Amino acid sequence: MNLLKRNWLLVPAIVVFGIASAQAQNYGIGRTPTAEEIRAWDISISPTGKELPAGKGTAKEGEVLFKQKGCAGCHGPTGMGAAAPALVKGGPPAGQTPKGMEGMHMVPDTGIMALRSPYATTIWDYINRGMPLNKEGTLKVDEVYAITAYLLYKNDVIKQDDVMDQQSLPKVNMPNKNGFADMPEWKHGAPRLAGYP
Amino acid sequence: MDRNNRARNNVPQTNRRRFLKGGAAVAGLAAGAVQSAKAVPPESELKVKGTTKELIAYGERSRFVKSIRTPVAERDSPDAFGLMFHVNTPLADLVGSITPSSLHYLATHRGSFIPEIDPQQHRLMIHGMVDRPLIFTMDELKRFPSVTRVHFLECIGNRAKPTHKTVTETHGMTSNSEWTGVLLSTLLKECGVQNGATWIVTEGAEEIKGASSVPLGKAMDDCLIAWGMNGEPIRPQQGFPLRIIVPGFEGIFQTKYLRRIKVVDRYYMTYNDYGHINPDPKTTALGNQMGPKSVITYPSGEQQLSGPGAYEISGLAWSGAGAIRNVEVSTDGGKNWKQAELRTPAFRMAHVRFALPWRWDGKECVILSRCTDELGTIQPSRAQAAAYFNKPLTPDFRVPGADNTIQSWRIMSNGSVRNEFA
Repeated sequence: MNLLKRNWLLVPAIVVFGIASAQAQNYGIGRTPTAEEIRAWDISISPTGKELPAGKGTAKEGEVLFKQKGCAGCHGPTGMGAAAPALVKGGPPAGQTPKGMEGMHMVPDTGIMALRSPYATTIWDYINRGMPLNKEGTLKVDEVYAITAYLLYKNDVIKQDDVMDQQSLPKVNMPNKNGFADMPEWKHGAPRLAGYP
Repeated sequence: MDRNNRARNNVPQTNRRRFLKGGAAVAGLAAGAVQSAKAVPPESELKVKGTTKELIAYGERSRFVKSIRTPVAERDSPDAFGLMFHVNTPLADLVGSITPSSLHYLATHRGSFIPEIDPQQHRLMIHGMVDRPLIFTMDELKRFPSVTRVHFLECIGNRAKPTHKTVTETHGMTSNSEWTGVLLSTLLKECGVQNGATWIVTEGAEEIKGASSVPLGKAMDDCLIAWGMNGEPIRPQQGFPLRIIVPGFEGIFQTKYLRRIKVVDRYYMTYNDYGHINPDPKTTALGNQMGPKSVITYPSGEQQLSGPGAYEISGLAWSGAGAIRNVEVSTDGGKNWKQAELRTPAFRMAHVRFALPWRWDGKECVILSRCTDELGTIQPSRAQAAAYFNKPLTPDFRVPGADNTIQSWRIMSNGSVRNEFA
């Protein structure tokens, strides 16, 4: 019905104004970005990894960078036991802080990013956009691959020599890859969960 | 008021004689403000507040009004790194339905600094699965037909705990504002969304470029790209100069400092997204969009009734699914319910103020409210939620998804009020 109506309205529009597209701009406001602008702005990484840039890194390189780039300063030299959230599994449970480690930000193993995230691309994307604190966006592509590899290795997700790159990163067998339910399709006027009181 | 009176009243009242004369009335106010049986009206000896060019240009509240936001107990804000974390709106102090912009709750997922963005330099790019990617300046966005709508925002962590004493602690991570902007659907139509697109990814311009995935159906339905808040530009803590409002969805979808929207064909599992995933489909369904929810803000935890007599029970109700149709109040622990009056317009996905005149007999009692939204969904009790999920109803039972269960306050015979779950 809607389609019919729309087509019916379009017929005179095409005749009178010569509009060729059903999705013509209504207002003509804004400018078209260049391909280069879009590349520079677009830092989103899909779980398929299709936007991942060319580059590579290993856990061994990442271990060095983890200290060099200041990660260890906030997350602890072993990736835990400091003021920023733990990134490596196996720490003491939250709330049971050993002496000398007061104020550290422990995370249960189920919440460690490399274990909770269903896709390794989420880790790459977040390090790339959001780390290190106060120097966000300064890591080079290879460095992001290497630090991502280091965190995956330290949580026993990949081997120490595995090379992370455009092809391998999206294929990492993440432990929580099936650990989440899809968000139900959102529909105007539908309850959140039919039958819930 | 004659010319002499006006001149006199403009002089700051530091005069000792006037101060002494006014002392009794001031003391009377301080002692209770309710027992006003003085021969002289308290306002007959007003002190006059001096004024300045700054106060003429931009007003400030009375020094007697002290409502402030307070960090959510789990974490300091700002924290050791200077990052902003979750901060409660002082719900117990507010009237009507609009939250003053200065008291709007704050939250960020990782925590972030407040960026200082020059609106002249700010841009919004829409790209991805569109026929025409476009970049807009703020001035260009304002040339589109605008809309102004009242919507609440709420953090998914806004849930009562047994340790919470006040309504600010149990429910303070929700606020309500009038937002002005352009419908996202207007912008997406301008770009021409391609077949196969199912989601959008929104992204902020702040240092961590916070990003969230939003279903395209919701984006086309009622999302707002907003620059205005309560009649003025959005405050920096709320996303100046531009943010998205995803009405009725949990706070993390409401990307601040909005700089980019990418139209995509799948859930992108951003950092903000992955933190909220859950293996249980029912819990997932109860997240994202907030259910019908209400809470009594007066009388509420830690407040004090001065004795038996007439009061007005008052509170807020809202739903992520639409408008509030009905609010009921019980003063006997949920055995009997009375219809409350809606005191503000019931906009869709917005707080509405409800009230019920009430005479307290001085006996211990439990008061609670429940609301019904435009879908006919009724706010559940904790017992109903526990039964649905087949869990025992213990004080630490955590309602899955966004907790919209009924909040009860116990009024003791001495007039003190406490959280019934404590």
